[in-house]
Amino acid sequence: MTPTRKRRLVMVTALVAGVGLATTLALRAFQENMLYFYSPTEFVELGVPAERTIRVGGLVADGSVRRAPGSMTIEFLVTDHAYTVPVSYTGVLPDLFREGQGVVARGRIGDNGVFVAENLMAKHDENYMPPEVAQALHAGKMRAIERAQQGFPAETESNNGAAVADDSGHAGSSYSGGY
Amino acid sequence: MVPELGQVALVLALILAVVQSVAPLWGSYTGNRVLMSLAKPAVTGQLVFAAVAFGALTYAFVTHDFSVAFVAGHSNSELPMFYRFGAVWGGHEGSLLLWILVLAIWSVLVAVFSRQMPERFVARVLGVLGVVAVGFLSFTLFTSNPFDRLIPAPVDGQDLNPILQDPALMFHPPLLYIGYVGFAVAFAFAIAALLEGRIDAAWARWTRPWTTAAWLFLTLGISLGSWWAYYELGWGGWWFWDPVENASFLPWLVGTALIHSLAVTEKRGLFKSWTLLLAISAFSLSLLGTFLVRSGILVSVHAFAADPSRGMYILAFMGIVVTVALALYAWRAPSMASDAGFKPLSRETFLLANNILLVIATLLILLGTLYPLFMDALNLGKISVGPPYFDLAFMIPMFPLMLLIGIGLHTMWRQTPSTPVWRKLRIPALAALVIGIPMPLFFYGTAGALTVLGSILAFWVMITAVIDLLPRVGPARLTRSHIGMCVAHFGLGVLILGVTFVSSYDLEVDRAGIPGQPVDLAGYEFTLLGTRGVQGPNFDAIEAEIEVSRDGEFVTTLYPQKRVYRVQRDPITQTAIGGGWRRELLVSMGEPLGDGAWSLRIQYKPLVRYIWLGTIFMALGGVIAISDRRYRLARRRETEPATTGSAPAAAGGQG
Repeated sequence: MTPTRKRRLVMVTALVAGVGLATTLALRAFQENMLYFYSPTEFVELGVPAERTIRVGGLVADGSVRRAPGSMTIEFLVTDHAYTVPVSYTGVLPDLFREGQGVVARGRIGDNGVFVAENLMAKHDENYMPPEVAQALHAGKMRAIERAQQGFPAETESNNGAAVADDSGHAGSSYSGGY
Repeated sequence: MVPELGQVALVLALILAVVQSVAPLWGSYTGNRVLMSLAKPAVTGQLVFAAVAFGALTYAFVTHDFSVAFVAGHSNSELPMFYRFGAVWGGHEGSLLLWILVLAIWSVLVAVFSRQMPERFVARVLGVLGVVAVGFLSFTLFTSNPFDRLIPAPVDGQDLNPILQDPALMFHPPLLYIGYVGFAVAFAFAIAALLEGRIDAAWARWTRPWTTAAWLFLTLGISLGSWWAYYELGWGGWWFWDPVENASFLPWLVGTALIHSLAVTEKRGLFKSWTLLLAISAFSLSLLGTFLVRSGILVSVHAFAADPSRGMYILAFMGIVVTVALALYAWRAPSMASDAGFKPLSRETFLLANNILLVIATLLILLGTLYPLFMDALNLGKISVGPPYFDLAFMIPMFPLMLLIGIGLHTMWRQTPSTPVWRKLRIPALAALVIGIPMPLFFYGTAGALTVLGSILAFWVMITAVIDLLPRVGPARLTRSHIGMCVAHFGLGVLILGVTFVSSYDLEVDRAGIPGQPVDLAGYEFTLLGTRGVQGPNFDAIEAEIEVSRDGEFVTTLYPQKRVYRVQRDPITQTAIGGGWRRELLVSMGEPLGDGAWSLRIQYKPLVRYIWLGTIFMALGGVIAISDRRYRLARRRETEPATTGSAPAAAGGQG
């Protein structure tokens, strides 16, 4: 092997090794930072991994926002009209966080089944609904109708949520789970 | 009446764009000089009509013509005059009109400053630009007409989204679009070269200033957007790896690679087909960005109301443009191989490494941006990729790139003896270590490995760039393009300094602010003194008065606001910033907690300003490089072979 070829071989090997190492690192980071989106229906029916950060999205249920006086922590329910998920969050709320509006919470499920959000996203255009939330709401409504047809009365549902067969799209105050 | 005038002008612009695309391209193959000569009047006319259409829409905003649907959706009789101009591009239809206007301006500039280029080449460049213009004009006319009327006309408009009511709206979108669209010029030059089947040093010399110009505007546009998000959205972050931010950053990365690759093509006649591929990619990524933003398939802070038919149109247009361009590339590029060689220690090697690393960064960010879309399209679940991935994925290629920049600057074309390079660089290397290691430890007490590495590399990049301007270290005769290069690299070092320190040492707390009770952060005490109501031109606000002190000494008073705009009624947080070159302090208001208390978000951002200062240096470097005399000299030597490119200006390392 000529010196030139040898040098080239060393350079190419170093390059391949470097690129390989970089790719491995990047792909591992990619795996660890993939955040799955769960609608409340998926959250309740499929269950969620305890150790993973996920995102949950839907509407902030009407009348569900609670805050102890002077406290930075709030608790509320996220609904897709079929199920609800209780969420707690400590910190400053996004400007458009409001009951009846879309919200996406990023965080993990806590020990008591309450989803502990580290970040809330409420869209800053009142006419805009995140596509994920819009789809979750549509699917949730279908699911609620389906379950009503199968004869599930709303009140006897699992502790995690309540089925609401309310076609008006408003979940009202018929929540049972969470608190 | 005026909106109809705008409508007619837009149709005429489309017709002229068709002429501009068909006639010169046809003429360039049949050798018909009359057809080729149609390009310049057609492009000029297109600009005139695009400007008329743009003026008509502006007029509709200024005069509150709410019978125009776009105006009714994005303005209101209370909107201050200043924002009525910006509101023109405050929504989808108007921003497309801005796209069209900017493209027409670039095209006319190409037509005006192309005297030294061969007639046939210019005809082809303008023809390709015409094709792009046809795509966007028909997109606007058929799916997103800004002049659509509302019958009956509403009494008042729905107002411009309050978050856009900020002076930055006047500059961020135009700068970004000038950059985005500017890559259409580089793209047109590349396609024209492929049609010619030939590429030489003259081609690279014509293409370089246009590419640098687009790049510097994109740099400023992205930077201004980053600053806007930083102070307006109230989150205090300067970069979120949001898909729309990525959409503008991807063309920037490839554009940066293209600038460097063009240097090699001009000076040494190498990387020819690679340069062409980068030029095609940069513009394709600009189109991808437009598609991502305009189709509404993204979950993003920028994604406003969406319409799938628009997304499909841009996707189809992008598909056609990219497919045709790549097919042409596959057919023609193999015949453009270059045969000149270079040694491992030469400027070519370092520029090659620059390109590889920038392309790796692009691909990793592209993966994180597009993967969720593919997953969703294939019904494999809805995911998003978190910022930590992007942080790490971007750092992997950037650390070696920063290290190599300093060496590459001081190497010569073809081959470089290693001893002089080492002799020249050992003092800067030592200086970077001596300043870079203690600085974070001295000012902030502790420092992780990445912080120290970032700090060293920041000083390394700055110092190696500056010394290249010194006599006996840098080239014997400093050209403007060389000075510009050093200024831009210095700016990059400044940017890394800011990024390193703000990412390592920023602090943030969300705390209940109780009147009279201080909140501590980073040695500063923030005391809420009280709140009061204030009125703006079209909003009401609650303003907090927050006194900031340090060790008992008064520092500043901050006045954050919670605004409610009278039309849209949504609350908007107006962050108050205590500025400074050593640190910035941000306070934003959350919600009232009762008894005069408010939830407050308080942030401490060390050296954050250097991020934007760095980008200003980078853009300034671009301006200086473009002003180089050799781009302006009237030349008729377009047959000059690439391999004999003007050597003296090239030899940056001959000290």
